[in-house]
Amino acid sequence: MKLTKLLMAVVVSATMLFVSCKPKDADIKAAVEKALNADPAMASTTVDVKDGVVTIGGECKDEACKAHCEETAKAVKGVKSVVNNCMIAPPPVVVAPPASLTTVLDEATQQKVKDGLKDMPGVTVEFVGDKAVLKGEVTKSQRMTIMQLLASAKVLSDVTGLTDKK
Amino acid sequence: MALQDKYAELLQTATTLGVANLASTEQEGVLHVSGTAKSTADYDTLWALYDKIDPNMTSGDLMMNIDIKADAGAQLKVTTESTNLNIRSTPSTEGEIVGKAAHDEVVTLVEKTDDSWWKIRTADGEEGYAFAQYLSPL
Repeated sequence: MKLTKLLMAVVVSATMLFVSCKPKDADIKAAVEKALNADPAMASTTVDVKDGVVTIGGECKDEACKAHCEETAKAVKGVKSVVNNCMIAPPPVVVAPPASLTTVLDEATQQKVKDGLKDMPGVTVEFVGDKAVLKGEVTKSQRMTIMQLLASAKVLSDVTGLTDKK
Repeated sequence: MALQDKYAELLQTATTLGVANLASTEQEGVLHVSGTAKSTADYDTLWALYDKIDPNMTSGDLMMNIDIKADAGAQLKVTTESTNLNIRSTPSTEGEIVGKAAHDEVVTLVEKTDDSWWKIRTADGEEGYAFAQYLSPL
């Protein structure tokens, strides 16, 4: 009598073992999603489960995050294996602004150039686009001074209109 | 011919002269060179070389922004064409004229306020801002 009871208990347990210890895919999916969403870094991932095999998709910040997603998923009950298709988002493109090699030809800069030319009455300056266009008669030394002045103001120039003073 | 090649002699000379923080970058068809020369003589040498490579400097393909080493207290010569150099209360031509330094006069550097205006003091004690273009460290 005792033996039969024992046998029955074993059979019932065995059956129960087969039935209740296998979580459904939907439950696994919910559990994995919950685990991943708990961490904002892993929240942009997607989860799919088929027969206990979890496939992670979506985006991960970096390799470390990707590995963490995988481990988190594996730890969930019922997960047989994990296929990690997480894409690592490319780093944001940081374009360093080019170092300012020339000065914007604003009022102040234009004034600087004009001030520098005050000593040279025969020279005129016009600001066309991003260049200072100079015209007039100059001596060699004046020409040098003009170029030096423009360089220190970091202004691009067109000095083809400067002629040599006779 | 890349601009660095065209001006190779200039860059080489700048290095030989010990120009500090020498940097050269080519951008949009213009070679930008910057640094600090040890003296006015070195500065003049480099500019003469520029003129030699590009007669009358009309190509417009070099921007040589080299300043001359001058610390506070340095002696500067007024290098206007012939006229006096105005000394102003503020670093701009809007500033009130507080004094004048004659052509060839030697003044003392108080502070390099910016690339274009320096604060100076004359032997007579007049202090104010003058256009840096006309001040050469001795």
